[in-house]
Order: sequence, then structure tokens, then C-alpha cells
Amino acid sequence: MSCSGRAVTKGRKHQAAVSSEELLPLYERMLLIRETEGRLSELFNDGQVPGFIHLSIGQEATCVGVCAALTREDTIASTHRGHGHCLAKGVEPVGLFQEILGHAEGLCGGRGGSLHVADFSVGMLGANGIVGAGIPIALGSALAHKTLNSQRVAAAFFGDGALAEGVLYESLNLAALWKLPLLFVCENNGWSEFSPTSAAYVGHLGKLAESFGIPHHIVDGNNVEAVLTASRSDVELLRTGSGPAVIECMTLRVRGHYEGDPQKYRLAHRDRTVVDPLEFTRASMAALGITDSEIGDIHERVRKQVAAAATTALAGSAPHFDDALSGVYL
Amino acid sequence: MTDMRIVKAINQGLLDAMNEDSRVVVFGEDVAEPGGAFAVTRGLKARFPGRVFDTPISEQAITGAAVGAALSGLRPVVEIMFMDFITLAMDQLVNQAAKAHFMFGGQTSVPMVLRTPHGGTQNAGPQHSQCLEAWLAHVPGLIVVCPATPTDSYGLLRAAISNPNPVVFVENKALYGVKGDVPEPLSSVRIEIGKARIARAGRDVTIVTYGAMLYRSIEAATALALDGIEVEIIDLRTLQPWDKATVLESISRTHRAVIVHEAVTEFGVGAEIAATLADEGFDELDAPIVRVGAAFTPSPFSPMLEKAFLPQLPGVIAAVRKVLARGNHGQ
Repeated sequence: MSCSGRAVTKGRKHQAAVSSEELLPLYERMLLIRETEGRLSELFNDGQVPGFIHLSIGQEATCVGVCAALTREDTIASTHRGHGHCLAKGVEPVGLFQEILGHAEGLCGGRGGSLHVADFSVGMLGANGIVGAGIPIALGSALAHKTLNSQRVAAAFFGDGALAEGVLYESLNLAALWKLPLLFVCENNGWSEFSPTSAAYVGHLGKLAESFGIPHHIVDGNNVEAVLTASRSDVELLRTGSGPAVIECMTLRVRGHYEGDPQKYRLAHRDRTVVDPLEFTRASMAALGITDSEIGDIHERVRKQVAAAATTALAGSAPHFDDALSGVYL
Repeated sequence: MTDMRIVKAINQGLLDAMNEDSRVVVFGEDVAEPGGAFAVTRGLKARFPGRVFDTPISEQAITGAAVGAALSGLRPVVEIMFMDFITLAMDQLVNQAAKAHFMFGGQTSVPMVLRTPHGGTQNAGPQHSQCLEAWLAHVPGLIVVCPATPTDSYGLLRAAISNPNPVVFVENKALYGVKGDVPEPLSSVRIEIGKARIARAGRDVTIVTYGAMLYRSIEAATALALDGIEVEIIDLRTLQPWDKATVLESISRTHRAVIVHEAVTEFGVGAEIAATLADEGFDELDAPIVRVGAAFTPSPFSPMLEKAFLPQLPGVIAAVRKVLARGNHGQ
């Protein structure tokens, strides 16, 4: 795995320090994302999903690891690849399915879809169709947390594609200047839409963060324990008011930019080598003595949960335009 | 009644809102210690040190931070120092703030106010003078106001801050020093968003205007009155949503309309008003609608050029005479 940055914080342990009691729910949450997106892919191929969807299959450890370090009241801003962020933050799968199918019962009444799904009841401030645009929104959320003395923190998820957006630079500076409780989470999946990161960015997130005096670490984004451990230590610091932190999670976009992407551009490029996050965690669980039958039970439970959510969602109803018309202003 | 300048009325509005609601915060470039490029926020930092912040020159982050703060429990009032700089904030304003309530299915709203001054006469040149309000009025989800008097500035600002939607509060650089009577106590004044004001009553022709052109229109009406022409002037105050009912009612009496604004005429706010009057007010009109606005060029720097670029008194008078010369009851 090639890294576009290096850790500038010293003396922090990123080794897994996660017990088996903690690991099982992390695995289950990652599996929930995998199964949900797998079902979404099927529905998309069946022509039942309008528009387009961007899947995060293979990147589940990042969102699950980060969100496990947050409380329900903490806030996150997401990206165009946001299904995992939703489920990791505690969004119910059925509302997500309904929204992506464009149904009235969806989280956003079918007005947002996959690219703009949000659930404010769990602090999920929205997926975003604009690359990098969630970063200053999370910044503002962190400003509110600080001003209201709520002890909450905010996390901004963004991909390596957003490294080339100017708003990241503005936001790093402002977050450091105001010492905001903001966790910058770069999900470096190697691809900026149809271009490899190497063809899109020659900078260095770690050095960028360092230049603002912001602690930065790089973690194996497919190792949920590493992501959680790093996030936890950062979030702990954030709650003391010491200012923002940056985590760069190295992962790989396994699927196309969008479902149905023929990915011809991919033939000429060699992907970084990664271990699938679910396989990785299964190995950790085996080492902790968790049996195949226990893991099988999780799979069974998640499969049923996703199947039930999809079935309920498919029976949803079409939204009414009159409601939309009256929904532009509060 | 007491005399107050517009700059003071806005400052007082911010101060009173911050006093009444601890969720109101103010941030932008040079708004705290320096008190703002036009001194609109002077003194606020001393009164509310934890709620008034200077920002770096980062319009996108300022506006995005306002969106995120509004989504998380604050009522931010941010300043974009010149309306021209709003170009740098458009993603957050147009793609985020304007759409959040709608696209998230009504789960939330974005109670933010973005204050920004537009307008010429300062020889500030092509990148510090533009009137870009029509762009914003075109976006579903944004409210756009543009007050022209001290009372309206105070009352609309207070209404904007308590409104749950994103409001763009457009000020005019040339009007900051304008003095006017304000009622006492000012603190109870609220101007309803979406409500125009008949600034002068008249029976012969209706001028629909807003911002600095209110004063140009009053000058024109005063001059025309010497010839016995009675001009009614409507100050829109809010551009989105604009007060269609008041304008239609006025032309049902005057049967003639001139629209005057400082922004360039083409594709401006006046185009929307003229189209609506031609549609819904067609039966009332005795003459074609005439628009008066700036020329279709960038705002030029040199004083002579800028004067020629901006709508001037003779142009407004000529437009009124033109609509009066046409149609069933032309003079």
C-alpha cells in the first residue's frame, strides 16, 4: 500500500486495542454496510434504483472505525459515497433503502436520494453531491459544538479526490485557527472518480496538516481496529478543546466510481494491495477465539435484517409533488 | 421618531438580536476587531467577545461554516465583504444552504443570514461594485432582501435573523450613510419578509424599485410632479419572494409600470417583474413596461464611465415619460 502522507504525531499507539466484545459489533456493522450495498447493487442492476449510486464496498472499516469513536450526538458530514457513513452513524437501513429508491417513506421523502441522504436524528448531516463541500459544513458544526459548550465533536469525511479542492485548505486553516473539535477523515481509496490519485494529486496531506500544526496520522483504513483506536485517541483530544486532527485512512475503492461504471480506465493502472476489511477482522476474531458459528450467526442476522429492510422499502409509495412544492422553505 | 443612519440601524439590529438570542453569532472578514470594512459590525466584539469572530479571507469556508453552524443549533450572521466575493461562496450558498431543507425532506433548515453590500458610485471598479442579487433570487430555497431605509434595514434584519431559512441580506455601499427617521422603540420594529412598501402614492404611473434606486426614483417623481405627473413608487424591500400583490394592485390603479434597479437590466430582477406583469397584469396595462438599469458592461472604474454605466435621473424621467406617451390614456 502506498501512502500519500506520513504520521506527524509521535508516541501514539495505533495498534489494535479492541476487545472481542467490541470487535463483534464492529464486524456486524461492517457486514451490514456490505450486505446493504450488495442488495443495492442488485436492485440497481434490476433497474429499481433511479439515478446513480456510489458504493463503498471494501471501505467499510473506515466509516465504522471512526463512527465507533463518536457518540450519537456527535455530527458527521459525508460524501457522495455515503451509505457506509449513514449506517455506521446509526441510520436505520430501511429509511436508507427507501430514500435511495425515491420513495415517500425515505429519510428525505425521496427528494435527496443516495447522493443527498441525511438523518439528523443521529447527527448525520448529509451525503453530498459536491466533492469537498461537507468539510466546511462539518467545520461549522464543530463551531456550533464549541460555541454551545456541548462537548460534542464533528467529523468531516472526504475522499482523496477532495485533497485537490481549495475548501480543504481553507477549512484546515480555520479549524486550527479556532481550535475547533473537528476530525478530518480522509478516505484515501486511490481513485478520484476515473483517475488514479497519482494522476490527480502531488501534495501530501500529512505535510499540509503539519503546516497548520494539526496532528495527523495515517492508518490502514481496512483495519477497523486501527481506525477505531486512532479515532478514539483523536476524539479524546478533540473533547479537551485542543483543536482539530486529521486521520488519513488508506483503503481501496473496489467498485467503479458509480455502479455500472465500465472502468476501462482501470486496466492500465495497478491498484494498491489491500486485505478486505471483513476478512481482516475475521482473522482478528479467529485469533481472539471467536468461533465460525458465532460469526455465522452474525451473518444470518444481518442477512435477515437487510432482506427485511429491502422488502419493506420496495413496498413503499411514490412521493407527491405537491409536498415537494411546499417544502422549499420552512 | 429619531434620526439614524442605515449603518447604525444594521449595527443596532445585530446588537439587539445578539442580546435577545444567545444562538446568534457573527463572523466574517474583519468584522470583529476592525468592526467591518464599512463599520457595520463596530462594537459587537466588545459586547459579545465569544460570539463575534474575525475570519481569514476564505469565503467558501465562511459560508460553509455558517451552513454547518446553522444545521447544528446556531443562528449565524456572516458577512461577505463585497457582493462580488459571493462568487467564491456560491457552492455553499446555492448547493448547500438553499437546498438542505428541501433535499433532506424537511428534517432541518438553515437559519443563517448572509449580509453583503452591493452597488456602485464608489469608483470601486468591476470587482467591487456588482449587483448580483438576481442570481440568488433565481435559486429556490434562498430568501433575498434589499432594504433602502434605516427602519427597513433594522426591521428586515431582525426578521431575517429569526427566519428559519437562509436569507441573503443585501446592503448598498452608497446607502450606509443615508439618514432617516426611525420609530421608537426601534427594538420592536419588524418588517415582514415578502412585503413591499408604497414609498410614494401616485395615480399616473408605478415605479417598482429597490435599493439605492429608491432615491433616484423619488428624485424623478419630485421632478415629474412639477409637470403634474403623479408617480407611485413601490420599494420592493424583499426580492425573493417579491410582493406581487402590492405591485399588481398598484398597476390596477396606474395602468403603467416602470421598473428601476441598479443591477444591469438584462436578465435582472426587473425582467421577472415585467414578465409577471405582462402575464398576470396584462389586462390592466395601458402601455408597455419599461425597465431602467445599468448598462450591459462590467462596472467601470473611471468616474465618468461609472456615471454613464449607472442609471441616472434623466433616464428614469425619460422612462416615465415614455410609458405615459403610449397607450390609451397617453399624455
